[in-house]
Amino acid sequence: MELFTNQVLAGIATGAIYACMALAVVMIYQAIDHLNFAQGEMAMFSTFISWQLMQWGIPYWGAFIIALALSFVGGIAIERILFKPLAKAPVLTNVAGFIALYAIINSSAGLIWDFTIKQYPTPFGSAPFLGSQLISTHQAGMIGVTVLLLIGLYFFFQYTRIGLAMRAAASVPESARLVGINTSWMIALGWGMASAIGAIAGMLIAPVVFLEPNMMGGVLIYGFAAAVLGGLTSPFGAVVGGFLVGIFENLAGTYIPGVGNELKLPIALALIISVLVVKPAGLFGRYIVKRV
Amino acid sequence: MSAVEDVVTEAPAVEAVPKRAMTLGTGTSVVVLLLLIAIPLFAKNFVIFQLTQLLYLGLAVLALNILTGGSGQFSLGQSAFYAIGAYVTAVMMEAFNVNYVLCLPVAGVLCFGVGFLFGQPALRLSGVYLALATFALATAMPQLLKLNFLEHWTGGVQGLVVTKPDAPFGLPMSQDMWLYYFTLVVVLAIYIFSVNLLRSRSGRAFMAIRDNEIAASAMGINVALYKTLAFGVSAAITGVAGGLSAIAVQFVAPDSFTITLAIQLFLGMVVGGVGWLPGSIVGAAFIIFVPNIAEGISKGLSGAVFGVLLFLVIYLVPHGARQVAILGQQLAGRLRKN
Repeated sequence: MELFTNQVLAGIATGAIYACMALAVVMIYQAIDHLNFAQGEMAMFSTFISWQLMQWGIPYWGAFIIALALSFVGGIAIERILFKPLAKAPVLTNVAGFIALYAIINSSAGLIWDFTIKQYPTPFGSAPFLGSQLISTHQAGMIGVTVLLLIGLYFFFQYTRIGLAMRAAASVPESARLVGINTSWMIALGWGMASAIGAIAGMLIAPVVFLEPNMMGGVLIYGFAAAVLGGLTSPFGAVVGGFLVGIFENLAGTYIPGVGNELKLPIALALIISVLVVKPAGLFGRYIVKRV
Repeated sequence: MSAVEDVVTEAPAVEAVPKRAMTLGTGTSVVVLLLLIAIPLFAKNFVIFQLTQLLYLGLAVLALNILTGGSGQFSLGQSAFYAIGAYVTAVMMEAFNVNYVLCLPVAGVLCFGVGFLFGQPALRLSGVYLALATFALATAMPQLLKLNFLEHWTGGVQGLVVTKPDAPFGLPMSQDMWLYYFTLVVVLAIYIFSVNLLRSRSGRAFMAIRDNEIAASAMGINVALYKTLAFGVSAAITGVAGGLSAIAVQFVAPDSFTITLAIQLFLGMVVGGVGWLPGSIVGAAFIIFVPNIAEGISKGLSGAVFGVLLFLVIYLVPHGARQVAILGQQLAGRLRKN
């Protein structure tokens, strides 16, 4: 039983990261209707920036804030420079653009910081949490930061003018434009926020997976899976999906014989597909009714 | 869900050109064919090997094109079918001593079955959801090939070495050259089959489903059947391409069939032009040669250079090589008028 609780709690902790990633994916999906395949690499780059700042002697939280701000600006810049010209291009062309961005970021990070694995500090420490053997303080910190982020986003979208404008621009761009919302900048803002959220996920997971240019590959796939499982139209669903995927991944790795680390990912994906076959729009997604 | 609708509405956006756009004009086709026959006579063995690679990767891109450009379904799992085709061919050749010519149709039929069956659950998914499902298939495949109880045949992590066939009937040809012409014949046969398939009743049904699924079903098209059929045909052709690759490379191992391969095939399709079959070869050329060029420009930054080149292509010609071909056609037409 202790093993079970332990695995579930560890699942919730990694699930928190998947939830962040999924949230970033959904933010961009809502804004431009595309899955950003380079999301993980963007997060990795932000994490490297914060690491570099710490190497230069800036304390953890200072580096954290600066990296967030830089990621926000960087996300907006990527949208303005690279993807705005592609807005009218076919969907598959956009996907190719994301793959190109992935290659560019991954290769540049490798050149700047090389491919050796680096230690990344945790601000929470790695002692057991409140004397309990089940969960470390870093894992608890990961969950805590994610929950804070979610609450913050909820208030931003529900109670601020700009949050409302972003939601309007995402759901009905034409009408939003008619009431004077600059939808083009709302999209850029979505990119900036997604980039910053991804950076948080990266900086939280880095002490666990260690810092290197390919560290987000696996995390992004789980993030996608979580977003799709919860429903791409629902940020809330994405978060729930993240936790579910985290827990399931851990339990499958522990209890299904022969799964181990190698087959964890395919099994998790297989489960998600079975869910999707029953509920094609995801657990919390909106069904779009088509008129015949 | 609107991503799906975009695929659907965007695909025919360049369709203002004549129906021929699916193929090349007769004159151009003859020239290309003559070039493909003539070049190996003057080239070194390594170049011939690269051309063979171009042909079978082009075939795999063509298969994806039938699925995405034809029926509007999106797949990131083509590497899985490619792997099955390659392994079936390799295992039959090495463990059972079957002639390589017979292995390819078996690989094709088997992949058709797998693709058709995979198409069944995939029916309920579309757009990004389908992309994720096929992606799962692609990530699972290398792991499945490493499984213990298959190791007896597949060679596990080490993979299998395949013997290269000699030219038959005592023809005075190097193995590479024989393999090239053999591949060329297979690819041509499948290309002609694909062009005719897309012009046939079934092909029109595919395109009707791509353009508007609801309208297609209202016209009496069995949407489920044709969607799974498209998956099956695409998988079969990919399987044959995989089989050809196993013979040409003389080696199969689980790690040659990762998601990277599926992404390459996808890029090949986009660069060639979605729904334009001759573009498949152009796309294959892009994914084979551009990484080499990128490496030549900068070793450390080859990934970044590749990304920048890819961006350049999609900025200049968002519809890929097809757009270039259409521009060329219009230009030729204008010149003729003057």
